[in-house]
Amino acid sequence: MTRDEVYTKVQGVLVDALGVDEEEVTPTATLKDDLGAESIDYLDIVFRLEKSFNIKIPRGELFPEDLEAVRNDPKYVANGVVTPEGLAEFKRRMPYTDFSEFEKDPQVEKAATLLTVDTITNYVVAKVGA
Amino acid sequence: MRWIWIDKFIEFTPRTSATTVKNVTLAEEHLHDVYPDFPIVPHSLLVEGFAQTAGILVGEARNFAEKVILAKVSKATFHRLVRPGDTIQFAAKIDQLSEQGASTSGKVTCDGELVAEIEMMFSHIDQNMAGLEFPEHNFVFTEQFTELLKGYRAAGAVAI
Repeated sequence: MTRDEVYTKVQGVLVDALGVDEEEVTPTATLKDDLGAESIDYLDIVFRLEKSFNIKIPRGELFPEDLEAVRNDPKYVANGVVTPEGLAEFKRRMPYTDFSEFEKDPQVEKAATLLTVDTITNYVVAKVGA
Repeated sequence: MRWIWIDKFIEFTPRTSATTVKNVTLAEEHLHDVYPDFPIVPHSLLVEGFAQTAGILVGEARNFAEKVILAKVSKATFHRLVRPGDTIQFAAKIDQLSEQGASTSGKVTCDGELVAEIEMMFSHIDQNMAGLEFPEHNFVFTEQFTELLKGYRAAGAVAI
């Protein structure tokens, strides 16, 4: 399976799970702000990806959990800005996310923009070896 | 009035499927709230009856240890109205089940006729991603729900 094929299937999953139009699902679209995903939607996306790609997604492997603990730890976030230790922690929990833009201005309130359609595509590509 | 929209189980296969029955009577207040002089079961209560059926199925799958709550109605398509005197059947199955919740789907029928097709998701709220905490006791599965399942399992002639 090529990356493009994976992306097309991921697009279909997000259209079904989030009730959005196909045109809205672009590689850089953020799940929360652009596509309106809420907490239950992340579980729905996991279920649909597992079924669509015949893979198993262990809890927390695709969508990190308990990020509130990271946000509230002064070692990781100081005055609303993610510290270098905090960035390392985010990267450890979200290995399929591109942090290059976020690193230029690591405001913690922008952390929600980190989870994009590309995050999911990157994860699935790694899982299925595309 | 009790918030119970199913009367009994007629089929229950643990971790797989469940079917319940509900008899509709003119005496139910909610039937008269939708259209004047034309009582029907509101679609929202058909969704609730399905949710109670599927919710007990999902709860039993983990021995009622989880607080199972309806979190998302992914799809609900309605094909006909339900009127007083009808007998509704809710047939639900578990599509996927994990530590965090479950996705279910199924049909609502009346005398073999298709009334609705529903897909919905339940969350095990103690396993939520945000680390929120809820009261320890299981406030979801009260006796009124667990007794329904006990009644089905003990079915057979009742000696008086």
